[in-house]
Amino acid sequence: MNQTLLNYILQIADNSLILGSRISEWCGHGPVLEQDIALTNIALDLIGQARSLFQYAAEVEGQGRTEDDLAYLRIAREYRNVLLVEQPNGHFGTTIARQFLFDAYHYPFYKALMNSKDETLAAIAEKSLKEVTYHLRFSSEWMIRLGDGTDESHEKVQNALYDLWPYTSELFVPSETDNSALEMGIGVDLSEVKNFWNEKVDEILKIATLEKPQDGWMQSGGKQGKHSEHLGFILAEMQYLQRTYPGQEW
Amino acid sequence: MKNWPLWEIFIRSKQGLHHKHVGSLHAADEKMAIENARDVYTRRNEGISIWVVESKYIHASSPDESDSLFDPANDKVYRHPTFYNLPDELEHI
Repeated sequence: MNQTLLNYILQIADNSLILGSRISEWCGHGPVLEQDIALTNIALDLIGQARSLFQYAAEVEGQGRTEDDLAYLRIAREYRNVLLVEQPNGHFGTTIARQFLFDAYHYPFYKALMNSKDETLAAIAEKSLKEVTYHLRFSSEWMIRLGDGTDESHEKVQNALYDLWPYTSELFVPSETDNSALEMGIGVDLSEVKNFWNEKVDEILKIATLEKPQDGWMQSGGKQGKHSEHLGFILAEMQYLQRTYPGQEW
Repeated sequence: MKNWPLWEIFIRSKQGLHHKHVGSLHAADEKMAIENARDVYTRRNEGISIWVVESKYIHASSPDESDSLFDPANDKVYRHPTFYNLPDELEHI
């Protein structure tokens, strides 16, 4: 079994799974019907990506674990998602800011992953990129609307940016897995992803009349399994059914 | 958001077919209306093209006038080309 490949797939899958789970909390609670459906669509896209990746991970591992086992039956320390995606939804502006900061990373990430030497990863990236292209368009558009909207929306989304900023640099700090995957030609060069991210963030914040926060103390640890207190609660809700009634299927 | 205008949404389901009215939704401007329509009306693979029109720009015939507008067409069967005998080999007519 190729341990680097497995870890790398899980790292990508966990980001999609946890963010998808977070956004799905909006289902039925969106500010208006149209945005409720839009957010739920994005959540479903992300969970769909996670499924493809977990199926592949299960195959690569070859130990008889299934996609469900990988999604539902690991403990918090075994999840490799970045801290940004597990942060709470807050208000609509917080969710949009978190989404934008992640989409601006997710888009160039998948774009680069399409060149992976691993054909399955490249194929998943190609399919996911179409979805993420729309996510980025959606969240950019809303950053502009909220930032360049009313005084209240501007202040709220600006504060959300300040709050979430410390979670952004982790996206670009390569983990051991990132480095090995890059060396093997299956992974993505995060410094290139960062260039795109910086440009995109500058571009949109400028139009949105928002201030780019200063880099200060930056949080990290998600890629190593050291999570914020929020992940445990997400997992408790997500895993409850599988743990209470093992082996349940759709 | 309660001030957002209403938009009528038209979706073309396939190349070569007409855009068809599918419903309406609220949005702040045309850009958002298209994005909302994409999410509300095409997520089950229903479309390949979207038109949005702000509802206030749609002018409709009045139901009160339907007698004078539409009833006269009822008894004019000669306006349908149904009185020709067509050869069996002719298809798609």
